[in-house]
Amino acid sequence: MTALRQTPSQTVGPYFTMRLSAEGENVLTSPETAGERIRIVGRVLDGSRQHIEDALIELWQADSNGRYHHPADDRADVPADPAFTGFGRCASDFKTGAYSFATVKPGPVPHPGGGMQAPHISLTIQARGMLNPTYTRIYFDDEAAANEADPVLLSVPASRRSTLIASRVGDADSSVPTYEFDIRYQGDDETVFFDV
Amino acid sequence: MTAALTYSPRAHDDHPPFLYSDYRSTVKRAPTHDLIAIVQTLTETTGPGPGWSELSDDDADLTTNAGTGGEAIGQRSIITGRVLDENGRPLPDTLIEIWQANACGRYVHWRETAFPAPLDPNFLGVGQTRTNSDGEYRFVTIKPGPYPWGNHPNAWRPAHIHFSLMGPSIATRLVTQMYFPDDPLFALDPIFQSVPEHARARLIATYDHDVTIENWALGYRWDIVLRGSGVGT
Repeated sequence: MTALRQTPSQTVGPYFTMRLSAEGENVLTSPETAGERIRIVGRVLDGSRQHIEDALIELWQADSNGRYHHPADDRADVPADPAFTGFGRCASDFKTGAYSFATVKPGPVPHPGGGMQAPHISLTIQARGMLNPTYTRIYFDDEAAANEADPVLLSVPASRRSTLIASRVGDADSSVPTYEFDIRYQGDDETVFFDV
Repeated sequence: MTAALTYSPRAHDDHPPFLYSDYRSTVKRAPTHDLIAIVQTLTETTGPGPGWSELSDDDADLTTNAGTGGEAIGQRSIITGRVLDENGRPLPDTLIEIWQANACGRYVHWRETAFPAPLDPNFLGVGQTRTNSDGEYRFVTIKPGPYPWGNHPNAWRPAHIHFSLMGPSIATRLVTQMYFPDDPLFALDPIFQSVPEHARARLIATYDHDVTIENWALGYRWDIVLRGSGVGT
């Protein structure tokens, strides 16, 4: 039962960096953080495959044990990493639309229908010209077996699943595994966006 | 597994569409495939709200938070209200981050170059606070000015303040804009008009003389409603 109605969404506009992103907010790790370090890199692209120069990308993920840093995840049998919040923010690069995060590979988390989900990261993307947030998920191309059993991926038409899977890439600038995940609006290869 | 906390669906009919062609920037940035419904999992029913708010300083007075020792120029205004969920439950300890133009309609942002309005050295236009145990928040600021933008010839945005709320999970994430009553630019602004007509009034603050402080500041009240939670079936 609902008594009140939701406050409508409006665009984040071109000036959100005044408040909503700061240097270093795309780095989730500290020396104490447990787990395998990874980098996520990619670009945000519009319907003409021009880069989106003013996107806000917010990342949310479980720690390396698969535990969320949140009171609703109260599983006593999965230890929480006190050196990891699971949240990051990045504003896309004005000239290239590129974004990046330094984080850890998340552990698997359960699905309410039973079984475990494949390791994944949630992204929420907003920008000038977007009147609502868009939600997507990053999966990893080196988790093929887990991906094939993931209930969320399986709910996506097979032809579109590849848009949710980040590819391990060589990155000479980085000593840690780097995964590439572009976020595309419109077109045949549009990224899958979820109604969460 | 025990029944899990879930959130009520996003009320798409109460939010703008992704594509609203009068707002030209939506044309190339709106998804064209249907969204794919997800069964909410821990990924969706958790979020940074509770933890992230601990990282912020209390800084809810935008008339002084530039830290110059001087006061911002403009109509001093108090914006207060409650953050509730759809069930009418107050949401305590909820981080609210805001940003806005100054009294002349100018943002402190490097991309703002086309509008020759003065900057105010005593105004940054950013603030943050957390709701109290009753879900209440309160900002002191100056009323922002309307400003021109490039969407169409002689386009002006109504005066507004950008609000960002995490809420308790990523499903409750809300970025929106609060407007002031009786703005003549409402009818001309495609961003405001993108909201379905029945829901537009929810974005407009109400003048409240009980909030106004004699010889000091005008008062406005604006409540914010986020998606509600319950135990899913």
